[in-house]
Amino acid sequence: MALNTLEFDCKAEAASVRLAAPVHYGVVGSGDLEVILEPCDLGGGVKVKVTTPISGFDAVWRKVVETFVNRARLADVAIDINDNNASPAVVSMRLQQALAETAA
Amino acid sequence: MKAERQWNTLERDTAQRMEAAARFIGPGKQVKVEDVVPLLEAVVRPGDKVNVEGNNQKQADFLAEALCKVDPAKIHDLHMVQSSVPLAAHLDVFEKGIAKKLDFAFGGPQSGRVAKFIREGKLELGAIHTYLELFGRYCLDLTPRVSLICAYEADREGNLYTGFNTEDTPVIVEATKFRKGIVIAQVNKIVDKLPRVDIPADWIDAVVQSPKPFFIEPLFTRDPGLVTERHILLAMMCLKGIYGEYGVKRINHGIGFLTSAIELLLPTYGEELGLKGKTCTQMVLNPHPTMIPAIESGWVEAIYCFGGELGMEDYVRARSDVFFTGPDGSLRSNRALAQTAGHYALDMFIGSTLQIDQYGNSSTATANRVAGFGGAPNMGCDAKGRRHSTDSWLKCGREVPSMNELIGDMPRGKRLVVQGMETFGEGRAPAFVDRLDAWKLAENAKLDLPPVMIYGDDVTHLVTEEGIAYLNRCANLDTRMAAIRAVAGYTEIGLRAKPEETKRLRDDGIVKTPEDLGIDPDTATRDRLAARNMRDLVDWSGGLYNPPARFRNW
Repeated sequence: MALNTLEFDCKAEAASVRLAAPVHYGVVGSGDLEVILEPCDLGGGVKVKVTTPISGFDAVWRKVVETFVNRARLADVAIDINDNNASPAVVSMRLQQALAETAA
Repeated sequence: MKAERQWNTLERDTAQRMEAAARFIGPGKQVKVEDVVPLLEAVVRPGDKVNVEGNNQKQADFLAEALCKVDPAKIHDLHMVQSSVPLAAHLDVFEKGIAKKLDFAFGGPQSGRVAKFIREGKLELGAIHTYLELFGRYCLDLTPRVSLICAYEADREGNLYTGFNTEDTPVIVEATKFRKGIVIAQVNKIVDKLPRVDIPADWIDAVVQSPKPFFIEPLFTRDPGLVTERHILLAMMCLKGIYGEYGVKRINHGIGFLTSAIELLLPTYGEELGLKGKTCTQMVLNPHPTMIPAIESGWVEAIYCFGGELGMEDYVRARSDVFFTGPDGSLRSNRALAQTAGHYALDMFIGSTLQIDQYGNSSTATANRVAGFGGAPNMGCDAKGRRHSTDSWLKCGREVPSMNELIGDMPRGKRLVVQGMETFGEGRAPAFVDRLDAWKLAENAKLDLPPVMIYGDDVTHLVTEEGIAYLNRCANLDTRMAAIRAVAGYTEIGLRAKPEETKRLRDDGIVKTPEDLGIDPDTATRDRLAARNMRDLVDWSGGLYNPPARFRNW
């Protein structure tokens, strides 16, 4: 299975939420993904790396992650996603759950 | 002077055909396996309308294959009128030049070949019907001249037992026989005494004991192990925002995992919401194994079935307060009656689709498959002939702001028609599209109309992981389109939603997100399911449910 890597940066409008420690959430099962969120000095920005078997959905990936980053007002975080054909709904849910894990 | 006219040509023609066939038909109307092809050549004539019983589940497979073996020089240009064409043999008759025209309701696995044959000129398509529509036409302009049907058992006189999977047999036989047509039955076994008589012998012309039992598909078995957290979230929203909100009692569930999730949440989340006795009390459904926990928990008063479901025989027999069973104890299923109940007596249909357009029209048709929709459209619409009322039907109608534009101040209810699906389906195909693939199919297969499963004006509620769109509360098409966009997630349609517009719709109660409904998506977990795997279903049934081998995964 050929994997595609997609990398991009984004910045939340009122970025103020920083992570205290790295978090890992989810498993790369079929239709699922794992998310790693790591604190990282990025001048308030967010760095994203997605590894996925899917191609042609770059704009959707970007939109899903940007929406998450904006809603959570994340700053200085590296997001690493290892995907195995998860739907955007699942991606969005796992990101949310990963973040909830850091708060717990 | 009045011209002389013969008024019984059909009867005389049938008598002639039966005379030609007489040497193949023995006592008890029995035909030997090796005589079936010559029998068909004797009773079928070129251009005949012929029905091969092909239901959603049971199939007259032996007779379908026999029809492929007749000599095309003798028998050709047949007009096939039948519910479904799931077997290769159903299309082989077109390949071989035996049949020419097809009127049907559901394509199943052969739907790709149907489209291909239309393009190649091998098959002329009459129309893609719904079941009731086709059954109706059996009694008017599409009456079969010869029907090849399917039953479990025959007795020595030719009476038939269709039993657990009666399905379409009564309507086919009734329409054929009472217009002097010829009915030939394949049965699994010929016995001395039937458990019950479903079709009397004098409606049957010939019976053959098939070399092997007829093919039957466990179409309605869903493994709870495959229900995902997304299905559970959608199911929770449906239960709280629709089942509970409207207090819907009489329901049909489609066959997807969303409705399985709902069934498995009734004894858990449904109880938490206090909905027991207030919703799902009467249902039109095949005996879905995932209904077992809800039935065992006392949710359901009655279920009428379109057909049977493999493995549920003993369970159904032991729950005759809930299911319709015969004097012999086995299930009675009759598709025509179930569809009638589904059309007129339901308050809600809930199912999934592959695609929905920006106006809310939905279809499972893809560009190269003439699939058809079976019975879904009869339930996924407002029955215009309905005259009795229920609270949920009245509430749904009251909420329609434009009702008065057509009928003034006259009160009228509306069937709830719910479409639930994730915004992206299998292989990340977006469920929301600008234009349905059905349009491309109409072009490719030269159809008069794009095949639409449920028209936008019939859909009252749309459920995705983003929330519920209460389309029945929208005053006009613009508002409907905005409400559809608001729940379309990251699809191109969804990305066009304007945040301020979505906020207004939420304020007006036209769109509700999980948050608006008071549902935390993180709590949509599999431990809420009353049964988490096939084994749990067997346990719930007290060992009465006997899953087919391929579902025995423990």
